[in-house]
Amino acid sequence: MTQQQQQPRPKAVPYPNAETQVYWDKANEDELWIQRCIDCGNKPYFYPRFFCPTCLGTNVEWFKTSGKGKLHTYMINHRPAPGFEAESPYAIAIVELDEGVRMMTNIRGIENTPENLVLDMPLEVTFEEIAPGRKVPYWKPVGK
Amino acid sequence: MTEDSIRYKVAVVGAAETTNIGKVEGMSNLMLAADAAMNAIRDCGIDKNKIDGVFSASLGGVSMVQICHYLGITPKIVDGTAVGGTSFLLHVRHAAAALAMGYCDYALVLMGESGYTRGDNIGLPGGRGGGGGAAANSIGAQFEAPYGTFGPTTSFGMGILRYMKETGLTPEQLASVPVAQSKWVNGNPRALRPDEVTVEDVMASRMICYPLHLLECCVVTDGGGAIVLTRADRVSEFPTKPVYILGTGESVETPLVSQMEDFTSSKAFRVASTKAFDEAQVSRSDIDHMMVYDAFAHLPIYALEDTGMVGRGEAGAFIAEGNTSPGGKLPLNTNGGGLCYTHSGMYGMYLMQESLRQLRGEAYNQVPDVKVSFCQGVGGMFAAAGSLIWTNEPPTG
Repeated sequence: MTQQQQQPRPKAVPYPNAETQVYWDKANEDELWIQRCIDCGNKPYFYPRFFCPTCLGTNVEWFKTSGKGKLHTYMINHRPAPGFEAESPYAIAIVELDEGVRMMTNIRGIENTPENLVLDMPLEVTFEEIAPGRKVPYWKPVGK
Repeated sequence: MTEDSIRYKVAVVGAAETTNIGKVEGMSNLMLAADAAMNAIRDCGIDKNKIDGVFSASLGGVSMVQICHYLGITPKIVDGTAVGGTSFLLHVRHAAAALAMGYCDYALVLMGESGYTRGDNIGLPGGRGGGGGAAANSIGAQFEAPYGTFGPTTSFGMGILRYMKETGLTPEQLASVPVAQSKWVNGNPRALRPDEVTVEDVMASRMICYPLHLLECCVVTDGGGAIVLTRADRVSEFPTKPVYILGTGESVETPLVSQMEDFTSSKAFRVASTKAFDEAQVSRSDIDHMMVYDAFAHLPIYALEDTGMVGRGEAGAFIAEGNTSPGGKLPLNTNGGGLCYTHSGMYGMYLMQESLRQLRGEAYNQVPDVKVSFCQGVGGMFAAAGSLIWTNEPPTG
């Protein structure tokens, strides 16, 4: 094994695209923003699109979420992705926001064991900078 | 010659280009395709949710699954034939065949291409020219990869704990899936895992990604397969026992497992299998052999329920009680499946090969009197589904 291969590998860093810039700009301000469709009764949707995936209307707007949700489901990975070696095994989880949409996350503030991670437990959003100028949202048990 | 032809069977009713054309800043291939689709939809006034066939080429690496999910369309047929700039003429032809056959009622052929601005590279290192971080701004790269997903083992089973909570499935019942299939593989020298295993063996195998143990994950192998088809009026040209297609179905749901509509059920399984059974005009009780794409142990459980072979929440007990094992009432994954036999990454070919062997009477573990076999495939991680029902019984009359 060469010296280079022994260096810790970085985590995957998200790069915004034309439709997701607002999401990542707001994450950098410790806020979680998603979109809703004004024509469809303010129905929130995720991931970001320039139109509503239900009605194809373009009368959509960004809004700040409550940052509250519940643990919908998860796995605990024992074969870490690059950059996750130190925290393995780690949960890859799905949070259901109070606004109704779901997104993938890791769980902070609690050891990631099956005993600790109970489905539908309340969670709240938190942010960490994983690369210069790039904060990513994570979720943790409320109050942790 | 076939008696049917496509003449006067299919018509174009809507068509449009993108709102802006020439130099369009800030739009990706997919955004341009969606804009064109919206304009064509507006042109003819169709309700978007009626569209059930989607045809497009790979728009710079965008999958058909993503195109459909992005637009919020649940199709009954997709075609992503990508042979260069003429692809869309081929799509019109493939759409015509699909419409004539009833695979869909309303087909959408769409494309978008940021050929000058290279809008897909917005935000990437390397800028407009791209090449700095291929697809690092895809929705998967933005909304899943940062959380340490690392191949199917880390995502495909995402719904299992949810399914357990909602249905009462036990870890032992999940473990019984590879157990049942190991009884079929029965020493087959072509199988990577030829030995019978017990629930205890499965539960004691290494944890790969909780709740999945090693023996609940498929093998990784090399291999391949091929199939030759012709029209039913030509089978007499061949020495082999013909297998006739009765019904087919397909659908796609989401390119991101995190965006599944219901983590305990596959919408693509439901849509595809319903179409196949409707076409085949057979009932579930007519199926005497079944193959399910089993990259992981929960796949047969989801498939049995989503295709209506058993009721909601019943599949775990159904398998654990031996109903899919040798001698059971529904022989399932009789080659041992991806869990025991083989899985090189795209297992769908192998499940059809075992189904065809059973129908031709050539299987390693031959089930007596198989007449109708049902194949349920998955693509991606519940991203797509294909269903096939076929028979060795010749047409009557």
